[in-house]
Amino acid sequence: MTSTSSAEHAETDGYTPVADDLGAVLATGAPPAPPSAWSASVTFAWRAMLKIKHVPEQLFDVTAFPVIMTLMFTYLFGGALAGSPEEYLQYLLPGVLVMSVAMITMYTGVGLNADIQKGVFDRFRTLPIWRPSALVGAVIGDVCRYSLASVVIIVLGLVLGYRPGGGVVGVLAGVGLLLVFSFAFSWIWTLLGLLLRSERSVMGVSAMVLFPLSFLSNVFVDPRTMPSWLQGFVDVNPIAHLVAAVRGALSGQWDGSATLWMFVSAGIILAIFGPLTMRRYNRK
Amino acid sequence: MTASTAPAIETSGLVKTFGKTRAVDGIDLTVPEAAVYGILGPNGAGKTTFVRMLATLLRPDAGTATVFGRDIVADASVVRTQVSLTGQYASIDEDLTGTENLVLLGRLLGHDKTAAKRRAGELLDAFGLGDAADRQVKNYSGGMRRRIDIAASIISTPRLLFLDEPTTGLDPRSRNQVWDIVRIIVEQGTTVLLTTQYLDEADHLASRLAVIDHGTVIAEGTPGELKSSVGAGSVHVRLRHGEQRAQAERVLAAELGTEVHFDADPVALTARIAGGESGRGAAEHASRALARLAQDGITVDDFSLGQPSLDEVFLALTDRKETRA
Repeated sequence: MTSTSSAEHAETDGYTPVADDLGAVLATGAPPAPPSAWSASVTFAWRAMLKIKHVPEQLFDVTAFPVIMTLMFTYLFGGALAGSPEEYLQYLLPGVLVMSVAMITMYTGVGLNADIQKGVFDRFRTLPIWRPSALVGAVIGDVCRYSLASVVIIVLGLVLGYRPGGGVVGVLAGVGLLLVFSFAFSWIWTLLGLLLRSERSVMGVSAMVLFPLSFLSNVFVDPRTMPSWLQGFVDVNPIAHLVAAVRGALSGQWDGSATLWMFVSAGIILAIFGPLTMRRYNRK
Repeated sequence: MTASTAPAIETSGLVKTFGKTRAVDGIDLTVPEAAVYGILGPNGAGKTTFVRMLATLLRPDAGTATVFGRDIVADASVVRTQVSLTGQYASIDEDLTGTENLVLLGRLLGHDKTAAKRRAGELLDAFGLGDAADRQVKNYSGGMRRRIDIAASIISTPRLLFLDEPTTGLDPRSRNQVWDIVRIIVEQGTTVLLTTQYLDEADHLASRLAVIDHGTVIAEGTPGELKSSVGAGSVHVRLRHGEQRAQAERVLAAELGTEVHFDADPVALTARIAGGESGRGAAEHASRALARLAQDGITVDDFSLGQPSLDEVFLALTDRKETRA
């Protein structure tokens, strides 16, 4: 290709609209039927993938960040809490997997906040499609990013000596539970992304919510070592249910009640924040 | 009333407020089908807010509006199947390439993958963007961006196309290209609602137009009707001796029978020329006035004849409103 600027000028100057050409592309007959809700959502997820293709740097948060989290906490707490990093890793890895992905979900809100300011959303909202599909598609795109982060952490864990008792099936099931929950959890951030005015404020509020939710849980230590009032919080913390469910799946010792609670809390979060997000989106 | 005989747009008492600002303050308008209807107004007049309501992006706070007989609030999803919007800021994803943008929108309009790709190719070629198909839109020039934006609006030919200030910020050549495209689209039977700040743009494209200021329609009619109500234009005169300006003002006011304004330049003044039906009348008035200045011994260094500007349209229209009230 020639240099960009000269090519642009040549095209701008050389173009003359021709009635026959334009007339031919206009005469297309009846438009096709609008796409289904699912098909529209998948198309928006494809848009998210295209954006990653053009700006691959945005994968930094789902690759480097999980590596740092895993290494840092394994070697920081391993010796003190379990005698050795390798032993601690058996307890920590499912927790750090959940924590990393939960933290990454906040970029959903940040990304949406930046994206929705653009004129292209005006066009999306004048299309005869299922309205939530633009947001559902964006979240599906993010779930793909969460999968990548999960793969990074599990591979790193295996290299460091983590041995999941549940085998391949357990690992797949654990990651599946995590992705289901993260899909629901992301809607908290989509709402924030629409409510708050700048990316920075979305970031600030998200971090304020996420830090207590992920630290005051069973990610790092057994809650039985905590004072009773704190155990009370951990008992209702949806992140703690998720960690217990994922830990059970990975180790091969299913925690039925934690898994059930995880699904219930994911359902509640989606039922509250999904409609609130759509209400806000329709008003923008 | 059935959808087929309803006008393209009909609004009644349409209002939209943002906090204390009444951006649109009771607009009644009827836009006939298959023509370009212009909405002329300065920045902040409420043009964009008006269009965004009609495109179902904003909910009116009061009043009603229909598009081809369908209510924009109750039947929003039906309205969306009939309209397309090209916004003031590119309604295109700048991170994606030209092809990706059009394929994305084609898929969202219900085309399958093959049809969407074929359609994207056809449109890019017809709009002279074939060579730029695989470049990200953020690397396009202003004119190219406008073209792909319009191309995106006609992937499925809409019955009603909103063009919100389609030529603001474009160079004259790109502006002419957009005008040609709009004419071709209208010839095919699409109704276009065009907002603009430029009187000459409305003049070139629109068969009818409404002038909007402070959220209300202050005049409506054909471009010819509006211009003759404003006056044929103005004559701008530069004197050799600034001290003769007051005398020149009296002469011009007497000869032309209109107001005369002093310009910022201490030797210059501008007089409106009263409405005549033809341009020849304006030139005749002006040359007679200039002859009178010479007779009275006022030396004119330079003069020019101007079309009525948007400023003058507003001045005239708001003046008239005040005298009526």
